[in-house]
Amino acid sequence: MDKKDNEQRISGRENKVIERLVISGFGGQGIMSLGKFIALCAMRENKFVTFIPAYGAEVRGGTSHCAIIISDKAIASAQCEEIDTLIAMNEPSAIKFTPRLKKGAHLFVNASMAGKPRRLKGLHLHHIRFTDIASRLGNAKVANMVALGAYIARKKILSVRNIIKILPEIFKQNTLLIHLNEQALQEGLKTK
Amino acid sequence: MKKVFSRTKSLRDADTHYCPGCGHGIAHRLIAEVIDELGVREKTIAVTPVGCAVVAYDYWNFDCVESAHGRGLAVATAIKRLHPDKIIFTYQGDGDLAAIGTAETIHAANRGENLTVVFINNTVYGMTGGQMAPTTLIGQKTTTTPQGRSARTEGYPLKISELLAQLPGVYSVERTYADSTQGIFKTKAAIKNAFKNQLENKGFSLVEVLSACPTYWNMPAAESLEWIKKTMSKEFPAGKIK
Amino acid sequence: MAHQKVLMSGNEAIAMAALDAGCGFYAGYPITPQNELIGYMAKHMPLSGGVFIQSESELSAINMVFGASAAGCRAMTSSSSPGISLMQEGISYIAGAELPAVIVNIMRAGPGLGNIWPAQSDYFQAVKGGGHGDYRCITLAPSSVQEAYDLTLSAFELADKYRIPVFILGDGMLGQMMEPLTVSGPGRPETRDQRPETKEWAASGCAGRKPNVVKSFYLNMGDLEKFNLKLQEKYKGIQAKEQLQETAYIDDARVILTAYGTMARIAKSAVEKLREKGKKAGLLRPITLWPFPRKIFNRLAVSDKQLTFLTVEMSYGQMVEDVQLAVEGKARVEFLGRSGGGIPSEEAIINKTLQLLKN
Repeated sequence: MDKKDNEQRISGRENKVIERLVISGFGGQGIMSLGKFIALCAMRENKFVTFIPAYGAEVRGGTSHCAIIISDKAIASAQCEEIDTLIAMNEPSAIKFTPRLKKGAHLFVNASMAGKPRRLKGLHLHHIRFTDIASRLGNAKVANMVALGAYIARKKILSVRNIIKILPEIFKQNTLLIHLNEQALQEGLKTK
Repeated sequence: MKKVFSRTKSLRDADTHYCPGCGHGIAHRLIAEVIDELGVREKTIAVTPVGCAVVAYDYWNFDCVESAHGRGLAVATAIKRLHPDKIIFTYQGDGDLAAIGTAETIHAANRGENLTVVFINNTVYGMTGGQMAPTTLIGQKTTTTPQGRSARTEGYPLKISELLAQLPGVYSVERTYADSTQGIFKTKAAIKNAFKNQLENKGFSLVEVLSACPTYWNMPAAESLEWIKKTMSKEFPAGKIK
Repeated sequence: MAHQKVLMSGNEAIAMAALDAGCGFYAGYPITPQNELIGYMAKHMPLSGGVFIQSESELSAINMVFGASAAGCRAMTSSSSPGISLMQEGISYIAGAELPAVIVNIMRAGPGLGNIWPAQSDYFQAVKGGGHGDYRCITLAPSSVQEAYDLTLSAFELADKYRIPVFILGDGMLGQMMEPLTVSGPGRPETRDQRPETKEWAASGCAGRKPNVVKSFYLNMGDLEKFNLKLQEKYKGIQAKEQLQETAYIDDARVILTAYGTMARIAKSAVEKLREKGKKAGLLRPITLWPFPRKIFNRLAVSDKQLTFLTVEMSYGQMVEDVQLAVEGKARVEFLGRSGGGIPSEEAIINKTLQLLKN
């Protein structure tokens, strides 16, 4: 049997992968949950998406990261060798992943936990106090949603309306958590 | 005329391939009799070994699954979990149960699987031609211990039954001798108990049967029965261990 | 719950598909990168009345699968490369006893302990035997989470149809990666009774029939030869009927990239980029690694045509040997591969193809 249904029409315009995103930080900062959440939102917008977590020995020692690719067409490799956007929630991971950023890439660094990175030629740096903003809302754990807001404000990869629609599903109708996360998202959006 | 004896239903009408004086034939028959007496032939599934008893499925008249050498209790675990209402037993030699299959044995016992194990200990590898077994006695000559087993280089006879008895998951362990009429009756009673335990969902039950191998003990059949009682018994005393 | 779209990892998708296929027994031992699979099974298998066992070793796991299958149940185990090596004894016995079973290998890099990064260096082991004796395992190579789900459903059907061990051969990337998945299974059996019927050859108690014996032992030489001939006939039938592949842009291609699993996705992306530049590259992705899709290679490789097959693997050249055999010298066969955790990049594939197109 031959599966010959996969020839995509080649147009003159290059079919471009939209976004290669890496999220990194300490364990407990909601790195994986933010990554999965973004992937879920992209899926609901009928985009092609892959999410790949760091696994095995790589996640020992308290650091954590994941890579998400969102695209209009089938995704070839789920690995992010070159990164379009990095959301670094702590300093060690900012140092680790910055060299893999492409020219013109966006770098979101959690200013509450990391200083301003050096050698940033050709990069867009957004040095924002995600954890402090989250703490002001009453829970440092929603720093990840603040970061998502800041990210969406600058790179319109996902629709804010859809994100808000998906929140209740993630937090299993817990209105307090839904509200808190939505607030965090809005605070992030305001950082622009 | 009154019928005083009839064929054991759980045995097929077949001649065994065992050597004269071998204990396997006795053990096969005892198991078959017990299964008939308990009326469970149609719900019994045996897990047969690799070793001299490899074709036990040609002699027993119930469902059999042949396992790889040493893996009997892994195979039996799966069958029993899927068919908790059936009677599952393994029949294993000393090499199978206490050397190559030690991990499978200990872990099935430790999980407390509701299984019956008939463990034939004849201190020697029969099928491969008389090599040392984990239960070979100190000083006993085999083709791989031509000067006799030495504790210094080959270690001591492995008392797997005593070892298993330590595990909380194990319900009953008994050692018997297939050396005499009396020994054979005791063996049958022990096997029957081990099957009854399973029927009553009591858990892991093992019967270790000291069994003769005249061929690789290099002695006449009658003498080999004496050897069980006089020599083997010193290392492996009979009785209820747990 | 038909046709619902969910976000899932390859490991979870395989486990979910197994349960949807009526798999009632799973035994396994933890190893990275397939731990989500055993985790999913531990959580979900008991909910449908099936049996989950964390075994003491992979050796034990595969023998538990042997027992479960012998007792008539759809059974599966999963592991990653080193664990699969340990299972080879049991796989040979399963083949020898003609038992259906599904074995998942989420490959990592070797040899030895190697590391946990994705690799494709267990191709020979899966496709050429691995254990002792003249046996074959059907080997399916999914390249996406969706296909991991779909091919796992097929794996159980094929295993039962031919009474044969079936491998799902994926890699660490496929196992770990999450992608949208459309659940299209027949619907999960809710109780044990709803699972496929006990097979008539299975050892499940001989009430109302003659006793069954499940075995791979043939004491007499003539009997074993006869059995082996029967196996070979079965394998021939599978080779004739079950070859499966995906192709793209092959009709006018001068260089056809050949790759399987996640590697094929990168190869396909390379082909698309090459086509955008007007370069005549194509893709042939074997989905069944055994039976190897020889027919399509036979059809494409005609001696008067200048055609090159560039085989790309996350290994140092395993499937390429089957490509060479399949083209029978009627086309040029080239190879590009990395292993030990490295993956041939799209750029490297494009460069190599451009070079081959020149001469």
